[in-house]
Amino acid sequence: MKWILVAIIAICNTLGDVLNTAGMKRQGEVENLGPRSFAVMVKRILRNPLVLGGFAALAVSFFALLSLLSISSVSFAVPATAISYLLETLLAKYILGEDVRLRRWAAAALVACGVVLLSF
Amino acid sequence: MPVTSLKSIGGAKFREGHARKTQILVLVVIVTNVLGNVSLSHGMHQVGRIVSASPLDYLRAFANPWTILGICVLIVWMLTDLALLSRADLSFVLPVTASAYVLVAIGGHFILHDHISLARWTGIALITLGVILAEETPDRTTKGPPERLL
Repeated sequence: MKWILVAIIAICNTLGDVLNTAGMKRQGEVENLGPRSFAVMVKRILRNPLVLGGFAALAVSFFALLSLLSISSVSFAVPATAISYLLETLLAKYILGEDVRLRRWAAAALVACGVVLLSF
Repeated sequence: MPVTSLKSIGGAKFREGHARKTQILVLVVIVTNVLGNVSLSHGMHQVGRIVSASPLDYLRAFANPWTILGICVLIVWMLTDLALLSRADLSFVLPVTASAYVLVAIGGHFILHDHISLARWTGIALITLGVILAEETPDRTTKGPPERLL
């Protein structure tokens, strides 16, 4: 059960971030950093199925995390986070079409290892 | 390359301003992530453990000022993160914003005098290295929206 929850957290977290990125890229760049341009962004998000789908996936991931924390210690949540970093980098390359080369792979792998070590 | 020569290239001034705004968003994402989570966690600890099926007990958690502050700051974090993702690659944003972990660990050490073991120092060093490596790559490598999801 624990590992099923870990898998659900990692997969939904990844799905959520990838959908949010795709949705925000389709919506277009937020050019100015003022409150008005953020208000316009929020208004567009409410009609953006990709970002709304991303929110739904992140919500599932959040509730799976709560269930995991209720049946095991925090340390069980760590592998889910570490796996997400690698999975998201993989999907960023092959689904979002980002230029992921050695440096970015190394960065993702170092962060994933670092997150695991930080939990000790 | 000195700043003056960058500006003399066509469009370079625009790119420079664009990169700076993305950097500001990165900073805001990291700071709001840390402050929001620390505040929320402080509030939830003050409320105490919730072992109840009654929704009223969960609502009680929202009466705590630290919990409310934490949630408000995390809403700002979420919106800023989305704005950042509209401008930069996911594979850039992820490792760069992971410096929030480092800030929480170092902050806990100097403010709350948390003990940091050798393993945790190693983790801090690895994440910092990952952040530096990702920072050296361009913030956006795609043009327009991803075709495969349209």
